[in-house]
Amino acid sequence: MSAISREDVAHLARLAHIEMSDAELDKMTGELGVIVDAIASVSEAAGADVPATSHPIPLANVFREDVVGETLTVEQVLQNAPDSEDSRFKVPAILDEE
Amino acid sequence: MAATTESLVDFDEALEKYDPVLGFEVHVELNTKTKMFSDAPNVFGDEPNTNVTPVCLGLPGVLPVVNKTAVEYSILIGLALNCKIAETCGFARKNYFYPDTPKNFQTSQYEDPIAYDGYLDVELEDGEVFRVEIERAHMEEDAGKLTHMGGSTGRIQGADFSLVDYNRAGVPLVEIVTKPIVGAGKRAPELAKAYVAAVREIVKNLGVSDAKMERGNVRCDANVSLMPKGADKFGTRSETKNVNSLRAVEHAVRFEIERHAGVLEAGQKVVQETRHWHEDTRTTTAGRPKSDADDYRYFPEPDLVPVVTTAEWIEELRARLPEPPAERRKRLKAEWGYSDAEFRDVVNAGLLDAIGETIAAGASAAVARKWWMGEISRLAKNADTDPEGLGVTPATIVELNGLIEAKKINDKIARQVLEFVLAGEGTPAEIVQKRGLAVVNDDSALGAAIEDAMATMPDVVAKIKDGKLQAIGALIGPVMKATRGQADAGRVRELVLEKLGIEG
Repeated sequence: MSAISREDVAHLARLAHIEMSDAELDKMTGELGVIVDAIASVSEAAGADVPATSHPIPLANVFREDVVGETLTVEQVLQNAPDSEDSRFKVPAILDEE
Repeated sequence: MAATTESLVDFDEALEKYDPVLGFEVHVELNTKTKMFSDAPNVFGDEPNTNVTPVCLGLPGVLPVVNKTAVEYSILIGLALNCKIAETCGFARKNYFYPDTPKNFQTSQYEDPIAYDGYLDVELEDGEVFRVEIERAHMEEDAGKLTHMGGSTGRIQGADFSLVDYNRAGVPLVEIVTKPIVGAGKRAPELAKAYVAAVREIVKNLGVSDAKMERGNVRCDANVSLMPKGADKFGTRSETKNVNSLRAVEHAVRFEIERHAGVLEAGQKVVQETRHWHEDTRTTTAGRPKSDADDYRYFPEPDLVPVVTTAEWIEELRARLPEPPAERRKRLKAEWGYSDAEFRDVVNAGLLDAIGETIAAGASAAVARKWWMGEISRLAKNADTDPEGLGVTPATIVELNGLIEAKKINDKIARQVLEFVLAGEGTPAEIVQKRGLAVVNDDSALGAAIEDAMATMPDVVAKIKDGKLQAIGALIGPVMKATRGQADAGRVRELVLEKLGIEG
């Protein structure tokens, strides 16, 4: 029995701004369920003494010195922009934060 | 946005019934040379989209790399706020859709901030100290800058479209979050202002931020809730976003207390929402209610590995901490010998550094204070700028004062000379020389002017002869006029007494 419901998937799709049809929701609920179940069985295998990890290689402190490098030109920055004006990206006004 | 229709309850009345609970999120922009995860320059005010790399744009395949200096600055802030520093911490993606980040997520920290469990002792204006507990200080990146175009107000309401500049996207930020602040009572607005001022002072003193609120280097979100007096369960809070001046922080907290009290007194419930601050009306209006959009689906940033701190590294950084501002003030007050009121005025004018540098350049504490709090402040006010913004150097003040002490010029001329210095005419000595401003020390020329004055005012002379020495003042004016202000008043007095054969 999967821990993920159709409603969960619909909610996630909404948060991720992904439009999904009913058929897609059904399909994805099944597929995500398999992944969630798989992770649950891994969790069973790993005891409480194994810390969670988010990276496959045990690396730490990969740093860069604070030295300025090369930047893109304004033309390069804007070359993929659907629209631009005054050296800036032009986007629809989105009502959210001021 | 519709104007607020809620009725307010007078601040004092609100405080009779309710205890305010505050909380602050202060964002500090670090002044590293480059951004948090990319080697693009971190510079304010450059032409749009000129400080941008593929990492800033979140182009496919790019990899962020952490700026070591930004991590060290964050640890310094943590240490200055008496925080514990995490032995290991990582970065997380905070997912949201808004064009200020082209990646559709902000790289931040979530469960494991670099610094946590600290405190800051905040001094209110009358000297009372209030301890604010710090929940956490975490590393993240700033967003790009949106300019809303069209409409009439430049605000998003009614805007037709927005223009985005990503120069600021990725600039290192440290977000400092307090624990709920209980018990400030009536002094809540004052404490709010003092807290933000103290944080700003600390990061400026550390040298890790330019700390200019008007440039957004230090930005504050203020949380306010009310609970009935004596209760221990917090009320519903509002979060007023981007209150970006010290005065605004004070006013916003005050307004929200009055507004919350109004809502509660009307028997309604406070809505948990963000509020927008309006400087012009000193009010807030409703922003976004808490919703689905607040589910940021945080997850560990897979492109970055953890930051692990060692005791040696932290101690090395601790050794770099400057004297805390509050301790420095205590020490300077004692060293300079100013009265409480004098010192408070200097602090409030923001002139501690300027006066300190002037004293270091050789002026006495009294002379340094006289110039900075007097003439320089006056000139700055006329020019609508800060005293430090005028560009008066400590050397100029020391030189001017030297000329006064050598009796080459008097105070009045010295003030004129300062204006000529600021106009770029040269050093004080050069200006005195070039403009022939040296005090008339030639006693014969001065003597003639004095005799003229005495001849025209025999009644004054008679008074002086009768022992009313303060009458000499009446002679000084005409003498000054005759010498174009270049006479030394003390010398005039001596000469008058000499001529009348009176012992000074």
